[in-house]
Amino acid sequence: MKLSGWGRYPVVDCGTATLRGPEDLGGVLARRGTLIARGQGRSYADAALNRDLTLSTLGLGRMQAFDADTGVLTCEAGVGLDDILRTFVPRGWFPPVVPGTKFVTVGGMIAADVHGKNHHRDGTFGAHVEALTLATADGGIRVCSRTQDADLFRATLGGMGLTGVILSASFRMQPIETSFVLAETVAAADLDAAMAVFEASHDWPYSVAWIDCLARGRRLGRSLVLRGAPMRRRALPAALASRPLRLAPEGRIRVPVDAPSLLLNRWSVGLFNGLYHRRGRARAGPRPVHFDPFFFPLDRIDGWNRLYGRRGFVQYQCVLSAGESAAGLAALLGRVSVAGQGSFLAVLKRFGPAGEGLMSFPAEGYTLALDLPLRRGTLALVDALDGITHAHGGRVYFAKDACCRPERMREGYPQHAAFDALRKAWGAPRKFASELSRRLEL
Amino acid sequence: MPANNDIGLALVLGATSDIGRAIALGLAREGCDLQLAGRDPARLKAEADDIRVRTGVAVTEHACDVLNADGGAGLAEALDPCPDVAVCVVGLLGDQQASERDGSAAQLVMWTNYVGPALLMGALAARFEARGSGVLAGVSSVAGDRGRATNYVYGSAKAGFTAFLSGLRNRLAASGAHVVTVKPGFVRTRMTEGMRLPGPLTGAPEEVARAVVEAIRRRRDVVYVRRVWRAIMLAIRLVPERLFKRLRI
Ligand SMILES: Cc1cc2nc3c(=O)[nH]c(=O)nc-3n(C[C@H](O)[C@H](O)[C@H](O)COP(=O)(O)OP(=O)(O)OC[C@H]3O[C@@H](n4cnc5c(N)ncnc54)[C@H](O)[C@@H]3O)c2cc1C
Ligand SMILES: NC(=O)c1ccc[n+]([C@@H]2O[C@H](COP(=O)([O-])OP(=O)(O)OC[C@H]3O[C@@H](n4cnc5c(N)ncnc54)[C@H](OP(=O)(O)O)[C@@H]3O)[C@@H](O)[C@H]2O)c1
Repeated sequence: MKLSGWGRYPVVDCGTATLRGPEDLGGVLARRGTLIARGQGRSYADAALNRDLTLSTLGLGRMQAFDADTGVLTCEAGVGLDDILRTFVPRGWFPPVVPGTKFVTVGGMIAADVHGKNHHRDGTFGAHVEALTLATADGGIRVCSRTQDADLFRATLGGMGLTGVILSASFRMQPIETSFVLAETVAAADLDAAMAVFEASHDWPYSVAWIDCLARGRRLGRSLVLRGAPMRRRALPAALASRPLRLAPEGRIRVPVDAPSLLLNRWSVGLFNGLYHRRGRARAGPRPVHFDPFFFPLDRIDGWNRLYGRRGFVQYQCVLSAGESAAGLAALLGRVSVAGQGSFLAVLKRFGPAGEGLMSFPAEGYTLALDLPLRRGTLALVDALDGITHAHGGRVYFAKDACCRPERMREGYPQHAAFDALRKAWGAPRKFASELSRRLEL
Repeated sequence: MPANNDIGLALVLGATSDIGRAIALGLAREGCDLQLAGRDPARLKAEADDIRVRTGVAVTEHACDVLNADGGAGLAEALDPCPDVAVCVVGLLGDQQASERDGSAAQLVMWTNYVGPALLMGALAARFEARGSGVLAGVSSVAGDRGRATNYVYGSAKAGFTAFLSGLRNRLAASGAHVVTVKPGFVRTRMTEGMRLPGPLTGAPEEVARAVVEAIRRRRDVVYVRRVWRAIMLAIRLVPERLFKRLRI
């Protein structure tokens, strides 16, 4: 079956099967060749693709236990974040970390060790995982945690499915009083101003910035910093107080066909960014926003990835240390604005310290993410951006990367040798591989 | 079942199937307690736990193999309390060609789709009839509407089950108990994994579940999921045998 990630590039013809429970493992592992687990396929490029066998975990959709005293949920790896939200928000619980879309699985959140708008305070999703069960290459099922097979646990957080198939996990959820966030938007005239806002916003649980990619010169890095905090029940306006833990209405807007990539030429993107900028300024001052649009603004538009046309797009995301950020980000943004291939989404975020995952992406400093519709020259541009990131000692995110050079990856991820050794010790290389791991020689 | 259509307790036979677990969850979301029956205790417990965590309804687990020699009488009698609703999802697609070569393969398909489920529903019907209330719902298949070369062993067994349910409905009509026949078309499940299915005619287990819950509430007689299947099967039944026997569909 022809499969791709969310960026619709690359497209690979893959063998497929669905895992519905541990009882299906024997047959799957006995197949010739390697395999990779796939959740909802929301990674952008080739992390969840393997031409031999791409194994869907969507049949692992069961919740196993919930402890209302500690907030620990144990569930199978194919359970969706949207499912968890629907089930637990009305009961007053929220996942510890959520990425920018709710259409991801627990397995995908662990394997990519995802970060959210609260990374600077709460770390990655993996930091809240207490234990996980992993199907390893030898056909065994192992419970790993910080006290049991701790090395395997650390390699699996952010391990992109390359240590085995995560079957289930236990993680701690956070109590909430309402399903609303008190949010405010701060306009920042340039990159320095945006970074200053982040540095002053450490006490805000959530923060993220939208950058106008086309602003140049003095206005390079012109952005809107969005920050927020969970709302207490008594702070809720009267109109919302009757159902403080409500879910958002379900409706979604569909993108019916592959939009011509013309839609995203530099003028329309400039227009979009300009509008966004003005709107943000007008709405400054804290106001209640439902968690769904706050955390998942794009989820309302079904299949928005098709807006970039049938050739797809690449999302570029890197992280630079705090010290290198000012210079590195300026160089990256400068390079993008010169190329005139700007995008809807340029996102900036301050990360807190790195976590335990051997191959996890986040590290202390700033992360920048931008979409680049695929056309002639795009991959060369990405390679140039990679060069800048590399020169500033940064690294790229495996869940987004489409064309990093193996040697740059190795320098960016200093623990890759330990990761390799651990995989070998568990026999993983002969059973678990993805198009990404082949490309990066992982 | 009380007059206000509240289902207090429902039994799902074959609760480890994709369709069965979706039906069970659908019923639980309506607030109804569950008895889940299946042949693999570990998988049954996983389904029961899922529903407990999600909904908080009371769930009990029951061993059930429709190949049992007692025809399910033991299970039907042991259920305490007797459920308000019983849904049977048990079935086996089998391999048509294997069934043609090997009588024992054919027998397994016939037994699993017809003899076993029919005896079980029959045993439950006795209790429902005596009580004078409740709904029995059997998941049969559009494949039972006409035998075709590509799957007539399965189809004939489903035809037998469909006829059995029809007769049972007729028998119970005066008693206050009711029988629903559910005929899904293609559904994306473990049973059809790896098969090429026509998208617009193929449903998800949750879709079947919604239709079943609705059919039970409204005491429908025969429902097709998706509904276009009723028209499709009518057309297929109308083709004269002289022509039909030469078709490959
Ligand atoms: C709109 C949008 C916004 C996003 N925002 C963020 C963000 O803010 N922060 C962030 O960190 N990420 C973000 N992402 C990326 C996304 O969160 C990750 O790619 C996540 O891994 C996707 O989960 P999935 O279930 O779709 O996994 P897939 O994309 O299917 O798989 C991703 C990786 O996880 C592995 N995997 C999946 N399931 C298992 C399993 N059961 N066992 C072992 N390995 C497994 C796969 O092999 C693959 O390597 C965003 C993506 C989109 C589309
Ligand atoms: N999928 C379709 O396209 C489709 C179309 C029309 C009708 N149907 C019918 O829908 C029903 C559910 O099927 P499904 O698609 O969800 O596939 P499935 O998962 O294969 O369901 C079959 C169920 O029957 C159970 N079963 C088989 N033999 C049994 C036995 N001897 N004793 C007790 N239980 C037994 C299985 O138990 P285990 O879980 O232990 O294996 C499983 O729960 C079946 O009756 C099927 O014929 C399906």
